[in-house]
Amino acid sequence: MSRFTRTGALRAVVVFGALAAFPFVFPAQWIVNIAIFTLMYAGLATAWNLLGGFSGYLSLGHAAFFGVGAYAIAIAFTHIGIGGSGYKPFFALPLVGIAVALVSVPIAWVALRVRAATFAIVTLTLLFVVQQLAFNLHHITHGSQGLALPPPPFDVSTFEQPFYFAMLGVFALAFFTCWWVKGSKLGLMLFSIRDDEDRARGVGVRVTGAKVIAFAVSVGFTGMLGGVWAYYIQFIYPQFAVDPLITIGAVLMAFLGGKGTVWGPTVGAFILVPAQQYMAYKLGASELYLLGYASVFLLIMLFLPRGIIPSISDHLARRRSGRPEEPPGAVASAPRATLPGGMAP
Amino acid sequence: MSKTLLGVSGLTKRFGGVAAVNGCSFQVEEGTITALIGPNGSGKTTAFNMITGYLPADSGEVTFAGRAVKRPNPTRLYRAGLTRTFQQARVFPGLTLLENLTVAISQPWRTLLRRNVAARDRERALTLLEEFGIERLATRPAGELSFGQRKLLEFATVLMGEPRLVLLDEPTAGVNPVMVEQIERHVRELHARGLTFLIVEHDMHLVMRLCDPVIVLDRGATIKQGPPAEVQSDRAVLDAYLGT
Amino acid sequence: MHLFIQACILGLLAGGVYALMASGLTLAFGVMRVINVAQGAMIVLGAFLSYTLFTKLHIDPFVSVVLLTPLMFLVGVVLQLVFIRPLRADEREELSLLVTWALALGIEGLLSVLYKTNYRSTITSYADNSWRVLGYHLSEVRVFAFGMSVVILALLYVVLTRTEFGRTMRATVQNPVSARLLGVNVERVSALGFGISVATATAAGAVFGMVTPFFPGSHYDLISRLLSIIVLGGLGSLGGAIIAALFMGMAEAVFAAEISPTWSSFTFFIVLIAILLLRPQGLFGTNERGAL
Repeated sequence: MSRFTRTGALRAVVVFGALAAFPFVFPAQWIVNIAIFTLMYAGLATAWNLLGGFSGYLSLGHAAFFGVGAYAIAIAFTHIGIGGSGYKPFFALPLVGIAVALVSVPIAWVALRVRAATFAIVTLTLLFVVQQLAFNLHHITHGSQGLALPPPPFDVSTFEQPFYFAMLGVFALAFFTCWWVKGSKLGLMLFSIRDDEDRARGVGVRVTGAKVIAFAVSVGFTGMLGGVWAYYIQFIYPQFAVDPLITIGAVLMAFLGGKGTVWGPTVGAFILVPAQQYMAYKLGASELYLLGYASVFLLIMLFLPRGIIPSISDHLARRRSGRPEEPPGAVASAPRATLPGGMAP
Repeated sequence: MSKTLLGVSGLTKRFGGVAAVNGCSFQVEEGTITALIGPNGSGKTTAFNMITGYLPADSGEVTFAGRAVKRPNPTRLYRAGLTRTFQQARVFPGLTLLENLTVAISQPWRTLLRRNVAARDRERALTLLEEFGIERLATRPAGELSFGQRKLLEFATVLMGEPRLVLLDEPTAGVNPVMVEQIERHVRELHARGLTFLIVEHDMHLVMRLCDPVIVLDRGATIKQGPPAEVQSDRAVLDAYLGT
Repeated sequence: MHLFIQACILGLLAGGVYALMASGLTLAFGVMRVINVAQGAMIVLGAFLSYTLFTKLHIDPFVSVVLLTPLMFLVGVVLQLVFIRPLRADEREELSLLVTWALALGIEGLLSVLYKTNYRSTITSYADNSWRVLGYHLSEVRVFAFGMSVVILALLYVVLTRTEFGRTMRATVQNPVSARLLGVNVERVSALGFGISVATATAAGAVFGMVTPFFPGSHYDLISRLLSIIVLGGLGSLGGAIIAALFMGMAEAVFAAEISPTWSSFTFFIVLIAILLLRPQGLFGTNERGAL
């Protein structure tokens, strides 16, 4: 797994270059709007993947941190004001990211001490806790009445553009971080944890530390995306800022594209978000939306559990070698005729 | 001069009403290849698991390199120089052989973001792979290895931490005679370089020619500890194996 | 003091129903290592089904339990066969979370389409009746609900301890590998176990619908509480789940009465955190961390 292959870097440059040029080539506001959500989910899925795909610890509660980021920006700027150009909230994003990451460390430390199944339960519970807090802390969050942000003084005809670039920026950062981690020692530690955590401990891997770092970085980006979203939407409610569907969407996209790969979550998002927006447009009613989501999810789980990218690369590898995968050559020092016995407990 | 590297006393573990390990005590001297044998159900693997921190003990004490080990923890033990292999040959199937080895090198936090297989680590890993004869597969995922190759990889991996004591859990189980020979050769070579071994084994021929002393467990307790010749002819040991 | 005891009584009655809800959840985990996030949705589904039977056919909810549980048992078995069995064993634990979550969403979506998102309540003629015992107020419906839960849990206990099937199920919970080696058809036990899980959820749902207004999205509230309960009790332990449920029922009620009703659901989360810090395997947890 070499880190910066030339083709890999080239691919990234082309894609991000295209994304940067996108709003100028397709300036129609409804298109840029869909693109904003696509980028948001690409970022969410990529950030989630850093923990879920790399270490195998599936967090079901990332939406909690999305909501925290959203409310943080909303509350801060309802009081401070967004300044003349309206760009202050964007500059505050890195602070939000770091703050969310730091706050998550003690939570992560408690949540990661247990097996992966309990971890998922804890993160899910965290989601409900944060949602309850958003509803109950009236004075700060205005509860179910919702919180309004001051409207930014952006030019009406290109209103979406600053938000588009903010989302693109955070997504790019998350993507690049994933890429870097994958080729780094931290990535190695996380993958070993995913393969066999007990054994990783047994060979001296600092398991808890690695997981906490992945968790903190992952939710930091998620919080930042929540912040951009809040500013864009202008009016946030607890049930939408801390919405389980956000997590499920991100997870679904990561799985579809291939969790554990760098491009997978992005591919998943680029396929599903426009499809989802289209479905919402055609079917209108949100009740069917849920059914649709659930069906897609179940279909993917059952038929394409490894995701698109791993399935494609497997297929290509098989084509290249001309036959089903098998280990290359025989190793003279260890004849393959091993005895089946001896492995009983 | 040999001193006790690993001391176990009063180790006990109950499962339900059955004591799998019952007040087990023994010592492993530094610089030896010590064997831990006993009939099936004598508690060898359970004892192993407790010593290395994979199973909490009900009672007992473990000392390593003169220091008491409170609540054995695999990570801490690895750093202290005590490491083990598994009967099933556990490796990281998704990682390449090189990565399997480099992940086992203790890393200070500041190197976390550097390349996953740094040049220096790569050298060490390749050398080790060469020693074990599997360097050809260095960049293949470990999941592709045969069982015997996995045993070798696992053995190589635990050496990366430069341990003082290696606990081998049935190293020759499930492998062909050529491989058995190879593993025996590696153990001897490493022993000559100063490594101490504690081996759980069923292959009596291997034990008798390779190990000294031999510790015999029966029904969770030590019944004999001594040189192989003595153990071979000991009354109690024969009774334990043949059953009373 | 009076308030405290009244709250305890109310909590105990509610805890009984929670116990019924949680029993299926912990059983599913014990047998299959599956965390059925859809349990909440099954309960809500049960509530809607008995609501429909009540409003359209005037069948009393308690009676509907007798009708619905066999049907939903079969539904549960089918769901397990279609969605859970195909998952590979080594990935089952993590993937089952997502699959069952998707199931839960699917059920919520289906219910939203059929019933829209208004709150419903199964209000029987005796809904407001209550007894006064020693100055304390005992709602008829809640007492019957508690009684029904006790009966069903007792039945479950008998099945688990006195029947051949129950024994194989317990063996599978304790050690799936050994059970398989001893000839137990683990797949069949899993499917039937899931069926039981859904059946108990339906029964609990019928009474749930009588004491709380519900809508398709109510499953989130439910599942968050149930998950805390089974973690407290120890994943896979039926006895643990029952004790944990009774305790949490009372804790929640006392908190609501003495401190604040709005924050009463937080008792579940507080307890969850406490358990994770002090004793992660729960009261009667079966697995110790770090063991092979």
